[in-house]
Amino acid sequence: MSLKAVHLVFVTALSALCFGTAVWKFRDYFGPHGVPGDLGFAVVSVLCGGLVLIYGRYFLKKLKSIGYL
Amino acid sequence: MDIPYTVQPRPDTGVYNAKVGMWLFLASEVMLFGGLFSAYILLRVSAPPDTWPQGWLSVPLGTLNTLILALSAITTLMAWAACKARMFDRYKVYQGVTLLLALVFLSIKAYEYRDKLTHYTVTLKDGRIADGHLVSRDDTTVVLDGQFVESRAHLMNPKRHPAKHEEIRISMDEVKRLQNYGPAYNTFTALYFTMSGLHALHILGGMLVFAYLWGPGSRMWKTDPARFTNRVEIAGLFWHFVDLVWIFLFPVLYLT
Repeated sequence: MSLKAVHLVFVTALSALCFGTAVWKFRDYFGPHGVPGDLGFAVVSVLCGGLVLIYGRYFLKKLKSIGYL
Repeated sequence: MDIPYTVQPRPDTGVYNAKVGMWLFLASEVMLFGGLFSAYILLRVSAPPDTWPQGWLSVPLGTLNTLILALSAITTLMAWAACKARMFDRYKVYQGVTLLLALVFLSIKAYEYRDKLTHYTVTLKDGRIADGHLVSRDDTTVVLDGQFVESRAHLMNPKRHPAKHEEIRISMDEVKRLQNYGPAYNTFTALYFTMSGLHALHILGGMLVFAYLWGPGSRMWKTDPARFTNRVEIAGLFWHFVDLVWIFLFPVLYLT
């Protein structure tokens, strides 16, 4: 498994963390003790998750010639 | 005598030897961190209500460190890709940026540790409990920037029991117990310092390897660029593992 494959795993885990954090913060915001900061954190997390996915596509395109092993 | 399979893949494994070695090492690392994560989760779920700290760590600083490590993973990959494309100057830039990012990560971690190690809980002989950051301490008096709390349970979730901090002067004659938020404070701090400290040691180890590959080790580029590129790749594999560990550590320690 090459660095490219491991990087793909890393990007997947990072996007999962971003979207997971977003879900957690949205739940906090709509819960009984929600504050505007929770909503801000959730929105930024969604944006970061989107950026990570866009980066993932970019790096796969850029390193097309390098194998996964 | 040449060391075999430093560049060419070994026929039976399909990859060069250093990569097999690194994967075996990472497998042992998974077991090491896996044991610690298991210990954390079991202790966390079995903790009685109001005995497990929440909101003790700074989420903005943790988020910043996550961002820094994510960027360093990208620069590590770019450094390897630059070697593959035979662009040594670009490799130097990316590897140098990785080193700087790692240094910033450790600096933030050191700041967080300092914050915890200067945070004290003082139990007085009359049963009162004071909690806050240490301002000064000598043989006669301890001064905290903090608050008096009704019980230790109130310390577990500062957001649920907000209080105004003020300067508290306590005579040492009144003090029954003085304890900072170090590893011996409670189960959470013990796990926090053990897991994040072990992770920080891995960051330090990675920095040493990167510094070598960026500095004296980069001479190999002139004599054997393919082998040097493979060295950069396996160092990158290790770095990605360390980054992945942080992706699990961050939600477990900071967000739960």
